[in-house]
Amino acid sequence: MAEVIYDHVTKRFDSVVAVNDLTLEVKDGEFLVLVGPSGCGKTTALRCLAGLEEVTSGDILIGDRVVTHIPPKDRDIAMVFQNYALYPHMTVYDNMAFGLKLRKVPKQEIDRRVKEAAEILGIQDLLNRKPRQLSGGQRQRVALGRAIVREPQVFLMDEPLSNLDAKLRVQTRGELIKLQRRLGVTTIYVTHDQVEAMTMGHRIAVMNQGVLQQLDTPENLYDRPANLFVATFIGSPAMNIFPAKVVSGDGSYRLVAGEVTLEVPPSHRSRLADYVDREVLLGIRPEDLEVVVGSEAQRGDTVRLPVELIEPLGAETLVHLRGPAGTLIAQGEPRIHLNPGDVVTVRVRTEHLHTFDPQTEMAIF
Amino acid sequence: MVGSNRLSSRILFLYVPLALFTVFLLFPFYWMLIISLKPNSLLLNTKVNPLYLTEFTLRHYRYLFENTEFPRWAWNTAVVTFGATLLSLTCSILMGYALGRFRFRGGNLMGTAVFLAYLIPPTLLFIPLSQVVVRFGIYNQYWALILTYPTFLIPFASWLLMGYFRTIPRELEECAMIDGASRIQAMWRIVMPLALPGVLSAAIFSFTLSWNEFLYALVFMGSGQMKTIPVGTVNDLIRADVFQWGPLMAAAVLGSVPVAIVYMFFVDHYVSGMTAGAVKG
Ligand SMILES: Nc1ncnc2c1ncn2[C@@H]1O[C@H](COP(=O)(O)OP(=O)(O)OP(=O)(O)O)[C@@H](O)[C@H]1O
Ligand SMILES: [Mg+2]
Repeated sequence: MAEVIYDHVTKRFDSVVAVNDLTLEVKDGEFLVLVGPSGCGKTTALRCLAGLEEVTSGDILIGDRVVTHIPPKDRDIAMVFQNYALYPHMTVYDNMAFGLKLRKVPKQEIDRRVKEAAEILGIQDLLNRKPRQLSGGQRQRVALGRAIVREPQVFLMDEPLSNLDAKLRVQTRGELIKLQRRLGVTTIYVTHDQVEAMTMGHRIAVMNQGVLQQLDTPENLYDRPANLFVATFIGSPAMNIFPAKVVSGDGSYRLVAGEVTLEVPPSHRSRLADYVDREVLLGIRPEDLEVVVGSEAQRGDTVRLPVELIEPLGAETLVHLRGPAGTLIAQGEPRIHLNPGDVVTVRVRTEHLHTFDPQTEMAIF
Repeated sequence: MVGSNRLSSRILFLYVPLALFTVFLLFPFYWMLIISLKPNSLLLNTKVNPLYLTEFTLRHYRYLFENTEFPRWAWNTAVVTFGATLLSLTCSILMGYALGRFRFRGGNLMGTAVFLAYLIPPTLLFIPLSQVVVRFGIYNQYWALILTYPTFLIPFASWLLMGYFRTIPRELEECAMIDGASRIQAMWRIVMPLALPGVLSAAIFSFTLSWNEFLYALVFMGSGQMKTIPVGTVNDLIRADVFQWGPLMAAAVLGSVPVAIVYMFFVDHYVSGMTAGAVKG
């Protein structure tokens, strides 16, 4: 077990900068999720740590060892690949024992560790099978078992659940979390699925185009996104974003977009001082837009908007509203009765508003 | 369609063409075999049906072993074939692996160059090669062929293997290297078992070509004791315009036996190797 440090790591493939000046510290025993859209450099960052790619510049540390130029076999890490990469010509047992045999671990010890890992993962009955005789979920377990028996300092996982069907994915997600908490091994987990990221990680590193955007706990990432990218990437359905003008008068600040006017809560006012009479980007999460059934008096935190479309999802209903600049999505009650064309009152939880600088796209609050 | 109908169409479109094809292909071998077993008196006798054996003798085979150097030729051929196959295979595996796996400056160019080398006909190449052989001082020695056969074996075999190595997912090796293997270990313990069908194809190819090769064998190793089966047979059993058909065909039969054995033995392994290589089940 050990901490992992990326120290200004850059990886360039010819003209593409896959990882750009990544500085990141993963704590001992932490489950860190690396998340971002396709092609943002997650896999590359992981492969640099594994030693499968030579970094262009910067350093990587595992524990207090600089491993930047150490070959993969001496880094004491285990990796679970997206396609599992099970050795097709070996049995499950041999797949799991392979790394230990190479390290000249005594036979009884190998046997003990393989059996133990197999028991943890519930694959004792599969030890004599070949990978081609396994289902996708079973293969995934074997790949995991192969990493566990090594008892490495760090686990690396590159989208290990993406080849499973939805139900199995949710189930395995839970098991993986329990397993990691139990073993306490530092884990770096790559995914482009933000639900996985939010549920699994102690902390989440959001990347975009090779650049680390924000590194924080799931709660902070959700409530205090550092910039527009993180705000729209985390959360489903995505945060509503539209431009609004900052207007000040009689000691209060208001955000005005078309017919929508929202009062800025007092705690946030000071941040907006520089933006008076300028446009900012306003962000509201769908669950912070509450569709109020029945008519209610207009207040500083309510707006009236026409309904465009209703999406009943069972546990909730997504209400598409015609906003000042395109569609706004609000989260409504499960069995709400609305029709397109209805004009409804929407209460905005203004304490959860987000604003972003339109030029830098950095969060103002 | 009804069962009987389907059966008859199978016979018509599958078995009949296959049977015709098989007969067509096997006829020369049959012809070779019966001539090698016929007494001389029947060989040129036009009164009897030439297509089957009325009398049978092994004297052509005895002649081959008693009056010619045939055993020696066979030994020469075997030494050269095994040497050249082993050498070509080793080089081709390393080269195919490098061309198939590593991205390096000039890699593609090298791959193409190797393939182009394969396209130069041996009938042209033997002239400069003979100079090389003589200067190396290996004329009429086993090395003359063991070192020249790879000039046409390696290009083809390494291309075949390059394609094969590319079908093996890179992650398998990467995983092995993370698991604690060096590149050589990963290659030996993960890639080679999976590439076995490819390696066997390359081996069969090299073996057959070396065993049957004529031109280089004639030019570089064609005198005295050093003849190979193809050269010896043609040299010593055809005297000017006298064809000793009996011994000639006997030599041809014996010469093709090892190739047939190699094929028979490896086709089984080849097929089982194919299924072992399946990554996605
Ligand atoms: N071997 C390579 N050669 C050239 N470019 C590469 C190579 N590997 C990755 N890239 C480029 O680097 C960038 C990052 O790729 P990477 O595989 O790390 O993305 P990712 O975040 O893992 O995406 P995904 O979610 O689709 O797996 C991409 O633009 C990709 O095209
Ligand atoms: Mg990836």
